[in-house]
This record gives sequence, structure tokens and C-alpha cells, in this order.
Amino acid sequence: MAKILYFAWIRQKIGKSEEELVLPDGVSNVRELVSNLVARGPGYAEAFRQAQAVRCAINQEHKPFDTTIKDGDEIAFFPPVTGG
Amino acid sequence: MAVQEISIQSEDFDVSIETKALTEGCNDAGAVVTFIGIVRGDNELKLMRLEHYPAMTAPEIGKHIDEAKRRWPIISVRVIHRIGELKPGENIVFVGVASAHRRAAFEATDFLMDYLKSNAPFWKFEERSEGGNWVKASGKESEEIKRWR
Repeated sequence: MAKILYFAWIRQKIGKSEEELVLPDGVSNVRELVSNLVARGPGYAEAFRQAQAVRCAINQEHKPFDTTIKDGDEIAFFPPVTGG
Repeated sequence: MAVQEISIQSEDFDVSIETKALTEGCNDAGAVVTFIGIVRGDNELKLMRLEHYPAMTAPEIGKHIDEAKRRWPIISVRVIHRIGELKPGENIVFVGVASAHRRAAFEATDFLMDYLKSNAPFWKFEERSEGGNWVKASGKESEEIKRWR
């Protein structure tokens, strides 16, 4: 199982802040996970419609979308940060 | 110097208490620089809501504090970021650095603010009378950190 977290407008479009899922066969990096999620419903498709507007973190560290993921990882999706 | 360096909190902070704490019990500090970020009330902003990624926020800020300590001779550092609902005019963020000399304190404070704005996982939602919107990153943030490379 991997824990997937969503923040800000990505959370709103998907309609939940987190979920756990078994990484499907053929999903070995973040980009492949996004393709898999997009097929799960219109909320996901809308959230990832402009993939370049989405950032990700794996186990609480900023990472690019070609990063390898595995069961047990915490994968977070969010827009570019706007704190400060 | 065993004071807590990072706080993520909904309550306000007291600038004078935080500033004083940076040099408490320390004789070698010659400079303290503090930065305070405030909610700007432009375009009839009613309320700002700040969301963050709790498990990541403090570790991410901590990495940049560690980097600042490698680059400058910092005596003490304090970062406070508020979350939740904030009104125009309220404090959002405090960054304070004490050092022996001013240049290190100025630069380390500037560095920490740049990395906080570009990397710390916070998101602002603005509420106005005609509705609300998530604040868009200007793109300036990733440009501004280039000068530290």
C-alpha cells in the first residue's frame, strides 16, 4: 500500500485529502501513478489536467515525476507552494 | 541556543519576545535581523486561509536552516509560520537570525525567506466578498532562489 495525499485545489478537485492504494502493476514512478489516477474519475482527470501545474513529494521530500515509487511510500500531490 | 527553531502555529507571535530570545544568554551576537510577513489586504481581501503539509513542513524548513548554518556563522535562528484563518494586517511569518556581524544575519534571513517561499509546503486561499481563490505561485520564487546557487 502507498499513502497518497492531496493538498489545496488538487484536494478539492479530487474530493479527498488522502487515500491508501496498492500500487497497480506497471506503476513504478510518479508519472505512471498519475496516469493511473486520471483513469479513476473526472475529479482526478481535472486535478491532473495540467500536470505541469502539479508538484509532488515522496516521503516528505520534493521530487520530480520520474522518481521511482514503491509500496510504503507517502506520495503527496500539490500546486506550487505559496507560503511566506 | 536550545530554543525551538521552527514553529507552525495558528496563534500570533510576539515580535519583541521572539527577537529578544535570539540573543538571550549570549554575548557574541552583534547583529539580529528579523523579517515579518503580513497579510496584505489588497483587492478587498476578507480572509486568508493557510493550509500546509504537516509531516513535511518543519523538516523542509529545517533543511534550509541547516544549509543557512553551513553558509553563514549563525548564532541562533527562529522561523515561525502561521496557519489557519488570517485577516488583513495580521502577521503570517517571522524569520529571525542572530550573528556576530550584520552581513551574515541579513543574508541568512533573506536566504531563509526565499527558500520558505519557494519550497515550504504552504498554500494560501483568499476569500473575498465575491468568492474565493487559491493564490497562484508567481513563478518569481524559483527565480529568486537562483541567486543562492
